Amino acid sequence: MSENQNPQPSRDVTPHGGDGTLAQADRFTDPGVPEHKPRLTDTDPRSAKRNERLIVLIFLISCLGTVGSVVAYFAVRPDGTTEGVRLSTLLLGVAMAVSLLGIGIAAVHWAKTLMSNHEHVEERHPSSSSDEVRAVVANQFKEGGKDAGIARRPMLLGSVGLALALFPLSIAVPLVSSVGGDWNVSKFRHTMWKKGTRLAYDPSGRLIRAADLTVGSVAHVIPDVPAEERETHHWITEKAKAVVLLVRLDPRDLKRDHREGASYDGIVAYSKICTHVGCPVALYEQQTHHLLCPCHQSTFDIADGAKVVFGPAKRPLPQLPITVDDEGYLVAEDDFNEPIGPSYWERLK
Amino acid sequence: MSTTTPSSVAEPTTAIGKTADFLDQRTKVGVLAKQLVRKVFPDHWSFMLGEIALFSFVVLILSGFFLTMFFEPSMALTRYENEHPASMHGELMSVAFASTLDMSFEVRGGLLMRQIHHWSALIFMAGIVVHMMRVFFTGAFRKPRELNWLVGVTMLILGLLAGFTGYSLPDDVLSGNGLRITDGVVKSIPIIGSYLSYFIFGGEFPGEHIVPRLFTLHILVVPALLLALIGVHLFLMVLNKHTQYPGGGRTNNNVVGSPAVPAFATKMGGNFFIIFGVLALMGGTMAINNVWNYGPYDPSPVSAGAQPDWYMLFLEGSLRLMPGQTEYVIGGYTLSLNILIPAVVIPGLLFTFLFVYPFIEAKVTGDHREHHLLDRPRNVPVRTGLGVAFLTAFIILALAGSNDLIATHFSLSINTITWVFRFLFFAGPVFAFWITKRICLGLQRKDRELVLHGHETGRIVRFANGEYIEVHRPLDEQERWLRVNYDAHAPLEIEPATDARGVKRKGYKQDRRWQRLSRFFFEDRVEPVTPAELAAAHSHGEHDELESAHTAPELVSGSGNVEREH
Repeated sequence: MSENQNPQPSRDVTPHGGDGTLAQADRFTDPGVPEHKPRLTDTDPRSAKRNERLIVLIFLISCLGTVGSVVAYFAVRPDGTTEGVRLSTLLLGVAMAVSLLGIGIAAVHWAKTLMSNHEHVEERHPSSSSDEVRAVVANQFKEGGKDAGIARRPMLLGSVGLALALFPLSIAVPLVSSVGGDWNVSKFRHTMWKKGTRLAYDPSGRLIRAADLTVGSVAHVIPDVPAEERETHHWITEKAKAVVLLVRLDPRDLKRDHREGASYDGIVAYSKICTHVGCPVALYEQQTHHLLCPCHQSTFDIADGAKVVFGPAKRPLPQLPITVDDEGYLVAEDDFNEPIGPSYWERLK
Repeated sequence: MSTTTPSSVAEPTTAIGKTADFLDQRTKVGVLAKQLVRKVFPDHWSFMLGEIALFSFVVLILSGFFLTMFFEPSMALTRYENEHPASMHGELMSVAFASTLDMSFEVRGGLLMRQIHHWSALIFMAGIVVHMMRVFFTGAFRKPRELNWLVGVTMLILGLLAGFTGYSLPDDVLSGNGLRITDGVVKSIPIIGSYLSYFIFGGEFPGEHIVPRLFTLHILVVPALLLALIGVHLFLMVLNKHTQYPGGGRTNNNVVGSPAVPAFATKMGGNFFIIFGVLALMGGTMAINNVWNYGPYDPSPVSAGAQPDWYMLFLEGSLRLMPGQTEYVIGGYTLSLNILIPAVVIPGLLFTFLFVYPFIEAKVTGDHREHHLLDRPRNVPVRTGLGVAFLTAFIILALAGSNDLIATHFSLSINTITWVFRFLFFAGPVFAFWITKRICLGLQRKDRELVLHGHETGRIVRFANGEYIEVHRPLDEQERWLRVNYDAHAPLEIEPATDARGVKRKGYKQDRRWQRLSRFFFEDRVEPVTPAELAAAHSHGEHDELESAHTAPELVSGSGNVEREH
């Protein structure tokens, strides 16, 4: 007989209100801990012996693993090549794994087959302390407070609080004032580009002639600085702001510049630092003139003033105004006219 | 006062006995040992998940110690003079990167330790997450364990911090770009963003201070905090005694399991070696973070398809999904909600949910009892639904953090994928909640059905009157107990808005808000079967049989003495 012949409607869900808690008497009784079932190793001494031997064997395999790892260490001397290092890593790792897994598996198997698995029952006690203990503790605090005379001497309490609140300053002030360097956050506003700085290929430092760029070509560009200067920390920090992506478009495709007159004969130079959170925007799609940031997929249309066409960035990439000098090399006409990279609170101030 | 052992106890003769005597005379360690040695621990595979996190942490410390012997946390620039790897020979790089290459190529076993360390970090975080899932879905966070839940969530955050600070140490292109993203997020914070960026980097990004700073955090501050909290976590676990799953003889007032010594301790120790062994196997066979392929940090290059470690993917995905239109300029100041919402607000909400949930559930349940017996997830449908909804949001964000890989592997448009995830981020958790709750209620009804009518046996019996029935086997009392032993909480009842004299009651509105939340939790519920219902179902079976005879008068009523349960 199927369930739907049941004349009574299902009473499973009590939708509104209803008494949720049932009287204790209306409940089933706990049948108690299920009867203990002996394992094969408990009843059959031969099985126990077999498992004992097996556990010993696994421990011995672990020993072999350890010996193997030492052998691997001395026998396989990596020659420094990637393959040599990989081989040494593989052998050491596998031998170590055998050594460790042997111990682990043998121990667990031992516990599961040969150690008693009888259920033990332990009573729980309430997590809180008893009322007597609480009363004693409350009284102790009261007496302690009386001894200290806090209630009668409020000035003491206030002054100790003040002293404790102030003392961390003696550590915090020197720390905080030094930890941020010179704290001159206006450095965000400028890069090392200035009028007349030549554009150079990254990382070779070779200068770029406008005539050498074919339509559709892309160049990763840094400011032209002496080679020694490029080996300093100062350079890495400046480079982090100054990197530029140069693209030569067919002048007919170039709808507009982000910055009036900043392009030169279809060659546009945009900051490579994403206006979202600052990843280098490196993926250029020639057909659509789209520039894609590989980190969060902000997409900029460099034929149309680098405006955002997709993704989490809001602002176009800042444009570097460029022209050519007497020798035909590309040069900057000025620094960027806005801070490059991610937005920050006082960016426009 | 006597300084010798009490005369009633015999002088120890064995070496162990003498050592114990020596220690006990000075520390009273016997009292502690008496409580711990045969302390009973309940046994279940899911209680091992936390051990995965704990033991991965031990492996992290062991392998991390090895790495600190060779790593130099300096950003000073150097030319790499070693021959291998050939691609890096003669390159300008930081000492940190050079020492990472050196420990991989010149120190035998160094690469193995690096890889074990990295894999352990991934497994550590995974262990924390699955352990938290177990604790959440079984209600192990309830009184008196709310504090331990808070300790655990704090450790999850510290784990994220440990992973992040460690990942950035080799100073390679990938981690450098990760730091740059961090810098961008920090700068978006209103008012103090720029200064916070200087605070972290000691000047402009990247500067020359960040690696030593992260190193100190990574090997001192964060692990010290983690160790301290692990101590608290385990101490509270022992103090409160472990929770146990419901079952025969398992009550709120006892612990049923095996004693610490020997079985439990042996299994736990064995588990450590198994986990360490698996991590060694992973470190030996699975290459991870081959920094020499990326090269030293340079602000210009970036690799497409780069992913952060898995536990950071949700932040990455969150950043990717947010549309950019939400950056506003107000009174000349820039408010980058396109970064703040995904990178600060959303993780903030996720972690706040984790921190406050135990207290909210206690409040809407109106329950101040201690709970040591775990819930079966089906028996608390809304909690289970909320947990699954939370995981769904997390997983969707993590997938969104890989949207470029999804696009390239499945030849899909990245824009479409992003739009789908934007939609799913809102719809997915709601749908997941709804379907999970329905599944839980369905499973509870199934439990009722089983208790009332028993298991199908597949044995079909034909009566003399031609009627076929399937014989049902009643549940044994252990199984029945498992399926009826739970509380179906009802929504909170609150005092009326006005008292007997019609005066408006203070706090009524707040009570009503809690009541509404409580209804959301407990409006739909399935009550456990009562003995009376079971008895009724049995007699009802007889009744059905008679009725079928009435409704089918053409059949001869057969009354085979077959055991019938529906």
